[in-house]
Amino acid sequence: MSGRTFAEKALARAAGKPDARAGDILDVRPDLVFSHDNSAAIRRIFEQTGAPRVVRPERVAITLDHAVPAPTRQHAQNHAEIREWVQAQQIGAFFEVGRGICHQVISEEALVLPGETILGADSHSTHFGWLGAFGAGIGRSEMAALWATGELWLRVPEAIRITLRGRLAPGVTSKDLSLCILGRLGADGGLYQSIEFAGETLAALSLDERAVIPNMMAEAGAKNAYLPPDGAVFDYLEARRTRDYTPLYPDPDAEYVAEHTLDVSALEPQIALPDRPDQVVPLSRVIGQPVQQAFLGTCTNGRLEDLQAAAEVLRGQRVRCRLIVIPASAAVMLAASRAGIIDVLLEAGAAIGTPGCGPCMGNHMGIPAPSEVTISSANRNYRGRMGTPDAPVYLASPYVVAASAVRGAISDPREFLT
Amino acid sequence: MKLEGKVWKYGDNIDTDVIIPARYLVTTDPKTLAQHCMEDIDQGFAQSVQPGDIIVGGSNFGCGSSREHAPISIKGAGVSCIVAESFARIFFRNAINIGLPILESVEAARAAQKGDTLSIDLVAGTITNQRTGQTYQANPYPPFVLAIINAGGLVPYTRNVLGIKITG
Repeated sequence: MSGRTFAEKALARAAGKPDARAGDILDVRPDLVFSHDNSAAIRRIFEQTGAPRVVRPERVAITLDHAVPAPTRQHAQNHAEIREWVQAQQIGAFFEVGRGICHQVISEEALVLPGETILGADSHSTHFGWLGAFGAGIGRSEMAALWATGELWLRVPEAIRITLRGRLAPGVTSKDLSLCILGRLGADGGLYQSIEFAGETLAALSLDERAVIPNMMAEAGAKNAYLPPDGAVFDYLEARRTRDYTPLYPDPDAEYVAEHTLDVSALEPQIALPDRPDQVVPLSRVIGQPVQQAFLGTCTNGRLEDLQAAAEVLRGQRVRCRLIVIPASAAVMLAASRAGIIDVLLEAGAAIGTPGCGPCMGNHMGIPAPSEVTISSANRNYRGRMGTPDAPVYLASPYVVAASAVRGAISDPREFLT
Repeated sequence: MKLEGKVWKYGDNIDTDVIIPARYLVTTDPKTLAQHCMEDIDQGFAQSVQPGDIIVGGSNFGCGSSREHAPISIKGAGVSCIVAESFARIFFRNAINIGLPILESVEAARAAQKGDTLSIDLVAGTITNQRTGQTYQANPYPPFVLAIINAGGLVPYTRNVLGIKITG
């Protein structure tokens, strides 16, 4: 009998079963479910189910992050309905405007732990693979059903294993690595699948850097992604957690539908061309492309080390195009402030906004004009993503975003790093 | 259940940002969303689509954001069914959950051209292209999915699970 993948073990656990195999359909009971500004719409669907109350409110988290502070009266009305709902249903964890992006805040608060299952009404819920949890995105009706019953059906996905060897070179980050993998897999290369990482590269990455990888695997169509948790993860969680946990690791003889090995030591900075996150080329191919806007932030690359990386490039420089910086959380912003990073960014000419999703999906706070070009540290650049159909968006690392802001054109950050 | 409609043909990786841009997400009204459906990729769609028309896509249809507005806007536009080579996983679940039929068939999707008429038998899972006369068998739904479809979507299915009777 062959061994089990992480996804098989995690979903068996979440379903209360001794075992599960890829292809099984299970009723799972997630350890945490979460939603964001879409909770007002979910509430309306929930009310249609006829359920009187949320069944496990202590395992529900709601974060206002997608359009914060409210840019229109209608957004404000949605926020107000959510606040009222949170009170009425005694929702366990509610995070106000400005606290940060759901994935980042839930990670900071350690509301989900290794080996657990977390379902979110957001496509980047794959994010929680950074700490060895099974994280998957679901729709609004499904969140309403979870509020009503505490359970949801999931098919146990097949798995792909990606083994990473070597260490990243200076100026090359886990964003470049993630873009490289996306370029190779394609936008449907991980469709319906669990992407499970292995190899010595991971242990050398900081926790901020690790989070980028499972977050970005949503763009390959993955159901979830997984990094094996180690001592760095356990140490991070120790002071924050409120319950015990048992980390899960795939068996050495688990069955994968595909296995890839990537040596990262020779990797160059990468960039995704408009309008597809998997349309990835080496940065050197587009050096000199003029940009009118640079955006640093999002659940992918809005953490402290990302702001720190930008500051390394921007120290003593002055931007030649507008640079919008949105920290991923209030905690990130506070730490960056205490470290003097905010000063460096402001002195270089950055505009800094309320922690949240910012202009990532074109709600507000940085919509490009038609034909303007943006370089962004986000995860997605589909046509119209930032609110304007004919405004191309390039995706790259925080280093590249900062270097491009300095030159007003796509630039190699290694020229700025000594 | 039998459907028949004219084909609107699109390529691979049609993402939810072009199906319904985020600037319209503040509402959940199907009619309002339908007015902007496919706006960023096909400006003529929302004005010209007829009730019963069928969208045909390539691989990974509905990729990107998890927004349920995407299938809601398509359903609100009167589209009766989507046929694609494959669907992004959250879009697949969302479509089933809001009661928009979707079928996976590589051959049927590749052969269909804009303006073709397709006849679809949802129970049998067959797709017939009236221009060519070819009939294709779509991938079957898993039993759990069938149960949700038979209940009329996830909300009525959940009502059944909870044993809540609809009154009035």
